[in-house]
Amino acid sequence: MIIGLDVGGTHTDVVLVGENGLEKQIKVPTDTSALFHTVLTGLEKITENVPADEISHTVLSTTLTTNAIVQGKLSPAGMIVTSGPGIDPEAFRTSEHYFIVPGGIDHSGREIEKIDPEKVKAAAARLEKAGIRDIGVVGKFSARNPAHERQIAEAIGPRFEKVFLGHQISGNFGFPRRINTTFLNASVYPLHCQFFEAVKKSLKQKGITVPIHILKADGGTMGLDTSIDFPGQSILSGPAASVMGSVAFAPDYTETLVLDIGGTSTDMAVLIKGVPLLAPHGVDISGYKTLIRALNSHSIGIGGDSRVRVENGELKIGPDRTGPAMGYGGADPTPTDALFVLERSEGGDRRRAVQGIEPIAGQLGVSVEEAAYEIFDKTCREILAGAREMIENINSKPVYTVKEALEGYQVNPDHILVLGGPAAYFAEHFQNISGYTVDTVPECQVANAIGTALSRTTCEITLFADTQKGLVTAPEESFSQTVDLHFTRQDAHQMGTNLLKQKAVRLGAKTEDIETELLEDLEFNIVRGFRLMGKNIRVKQQIKPGLIHDFKNISKKIKEACAR
Amino acid sequence: MLKALNKTGLVFFPAFDWAISATHPEREERLLYTQDQVLEEGLFDIEGIREFKSDIVDIKDVQRVHFSYPDVWRVMTESHFISAGGAKTIANAVMEKSVDNGFALVRPPGHHAMRVVHGGRGFCNVNNEAIMIEHLRHTYGIDRVAIVDTDCHHGDGSQDIYWHDPDTLYISLHQDGRTIYPGSGFTSEVGGPNAAGTTLNIPLPPYTGESGFLYAINEVVLPVLDEFKPELIINSAGQDNHFSDPLTNMLFTAKGYADLTRLLKPDIVVLEGGYSIEGALPYVNIGIILALAGMDYSHVIEPGYDPEKLKQSESITQTVKQTCETVKANWAQREAIGRKMRGNQKFAERRRNIFYDTEGIYETQKETLKLCPDCSGTVKIDSTSDRGAHILAIHIPRKACSACRDLGRQWFESAKPADYDMICLQDRIDDTYQVKNK
Repeated sequence: MIIGLDVGGTHTDVVLVGENGLEKQIKVPTDTSALFHTVLTGLEKITENVPADEISHTVLSTTLTTNAIVQGKLSPAGMIVTSGPGIDPEAFRTSEHYFIVPGGIDHSGREIEKIDPEKVKAAAARLEKAGIRDIGVVGKFSARNPAHERQIAEAIGPRFEKVFLGHQISGNFGFPRRINTTFLNASVYPLHCQFFEAVKKSLKQKGITVPIHILKADGGTMGLDTSIDFPGQSILSGPAASVMGSVAFAPDYTETLVLDIGGTSTDMAVLIKGVPLLAPHGVDISGYKTLIRALNSHSIGIGGDSRVRVENGELKIGPDRTGPAMGYGGADPTPTDALFVLERSEGGDRRRAVQGIEPIAGQLGVSVEEAAYEIFDKTCREILAGAREMIENINSKPVYTVKEALEGYQVNPDHILVLGGPAAYFAEHFQNISGYTVDTVPECQVANAIGTALSRTTCEITLFADTQKGLVTAPEESFSQTVDLHFTRQDAHQMGTNLLKQKAVRLGAKTEDIETELLEDLEFNIVRGFRLMGKNIRVKQQIKPGLIHDFKNISKKIKEACAR
Repeated sequence: MLKALNKTGLVFFPAFDWAISATHPEREERLLYTQDQVLEEGLFDIEGIREFKSDIVDIKDVQRVHFSYPDVWRVMTESHFISAGGAKTIANAVMEKSVDNGFALVRPPGHHAMRVVHGGRGFCNVNNEAIMIEHLRHTYGIDRVAIVDTDCHHGDGSQDIYWHDPDTLYISLHQDGRTIYPGSGFTSEVGGPNAAGTTLNIPLPPYTGESGFLYAINEVVLPVLDEFKPELIINSAGQDNHFSDPLTNMLFTAKGYADLTRLLKPDIVVLEGGYSIEGALPYVNIGIILALAGMDYSHVIEPGYDPEKLKQSESITQTVKQTCETVKANWAQREAIGRKMRGNQKFAERRRNIFYDTEGIYETQKETLKLCPDCSGTVKIDSTSDRGAHILAIHIPRKACSACRDLGRQWFESAKPADYDMICLQDRIDDTYQVKNK
């Protein structure tokens, strides 16, 4: 059995899934000021009366690092940066502890300015003096040639607790994003270590020694030990958890729009034949644009608890939330109150809900029921409008080849999966106004935790071959090998697949869950003076985000249980 | 947080799967390192810089400009439709005010493509800028447009298309035609009799550096633009004046291109040539984009940049100065020059031989222009290629008077299909294109 734990804004869901489907589920209130306590309570409760040897592993999706960033509670981290021609690297300053040192690599990985070890040592000394313990080292084009980042690390020596090198964090282009990503990794590192040491220790005390995995923003997992080197990957795993929760119940033959309706907002994503789309660049959080792989999700400020009011004769819903629905004792009317008035949902105080909607009905000059219906209808329509905008954005992504431009693949879902608190009450109306078929995710109150439990390990590698130089490299893996002029794209694919599989296993994947996919596959002639000198081959491969091998049985059992 | 002062739009279409031939300079790899640099710099993440997905032009967009033989489909590849479409996308974004200015980083280029197209010449098949401008005139009612062509090669195609159009100012700065393809673009080429002075050529001697280019911009281009008062300034931005370009002999730099862009303030920039794909393009393109966005480009210094080595000689400075004087004088006396060209004739004729280097086609043209006091005059081109194609192309300009329009129609009606392989009429008043085949 697998434990899945998802820390939410108000409560934390923990599930135990196994061959009988959803074996157990519990809910504990989230205490953001003591996340450790929340997680531990959740784990304790879910394992009560469960023999330790029946648990195969645990997957955690926490808001630990996310909250630290959003609340600005980062531990101070230092940065040492080299640039080369382009935008002034001063523009990417992360904090006062940011040093630009000489050095430069060009777009093809050639050195254009040497590292000066003395300048590096001087910067390191100042960081050390300022009490900095964890630092990031980033060079422009380090994904092409990581030599300078390594030389800097060498020059610094062992004076810091942890040194994150940009090329190991991501093999993708984007110098400012690499700076931000490396900085965030260094900044959340102490918190991440402290938290997971504590979790590990207390589980051990209870006799539970199963592997612990962490959910990442791309909907995949990584082993706890690996996460020490990539703590930033755990940022924004929350939206990924809900998408992965829906994947288990999405059809594998069509495109699905996933709508996770929460209290404050609705998160949306697209699944192509059951596989979530990745965001083109990476996570954007609190003004930091990063290279952290993430699922392509979009959030709009409309949810069950959005504040409803009339402005200039027009109904307005959200994006603010003042508290729970009036039917649950809140101060302002909400879409949830509309559901109470329409008697589509129970559990709240309908009398109070009516009181809330009455003034709105008065302003609109309609009956309370009519006003409630209008609120309900508008909420659904605005959510769908947001989804359409997201799909339009996905489809307007530029393409760089004639083939892609002419083929012009367009995402066009015809199916909606709804999850989240009020999901069931919205499903029918979505179907009526959109013309799509609409389904509700079973057990959708804990879908996030189920998705967390069932997610597989994901990772990505970038391989770059230059047969003129006779070199093939995968900077993130610290891999490089000499090749001759006969090295082909097929050879690159094979080499990439091997590296990817090794990496996946290292991160904690089971071999049956390794499903590789080619993300980028380019080959160019290198011509000098009208002569063909070699080939420039670029291959990017990934383990697709998806669910572990056993999920089908588990999700089938959950579906059956819900149908009963 | 970095922020652009001007909202700048970019279309990036490197056509990674298209080449003229495997080792041709106009091949797949050309914008690869530029793309790497653009992505590594994170340009698309800067607030105010926006990337657009390239549109595709339709056949009508092309027929508004070109007479294609045997037809549009056979002179263009898919990549040409997308490349011209990229320019159109940026132009639309500027017109709709979603951006202040924009740059179409597209390939293949277009400025050697003339009005009549039998094939590819100078790596160009259709004229991206002209297709874009005529689309803007048709869709947005734009009238006066200036093209400043800063490719190292004379843009003889753009010059040809606008030779008789007094509402399009075409200024080209390029390496002296005596030393480089296509061998034209001398100061004496000032436009046709009805449009004298709205074509201006500033040939620069080999080894002209930053100071020579910027001198010509400050001394000639900017004052002429001030007087001409265009609604839009288009920059045909070839990047082959760079000191590292393998096909040319100039000493221009990334910073120089960025300075030029800052001075010129173009509304729309369209990439033309430039074949130093590793040493120049990544840096020149970043420089141009930052300059368009109103951002600091002082750190865009390419490897090998040495202001001392790249300084032009004193004799070049003198030559540039003299050339600029000549061009300024032509501009000042443009009306008199036009009067002299027209004399008392009713028609003006021009005979030319045009070589299409990509396919090795020779074309002979006889062009007849109506000298009209009321409009820019209808044009008739009798064109024969050494492949045996004989075509008659008639162009009724956008603002033709009724007499010239009637003349154009009459030329078309009376031409006998038996005498030509193709007879076409481009009527810009009602935006139609008619063909009579044998």
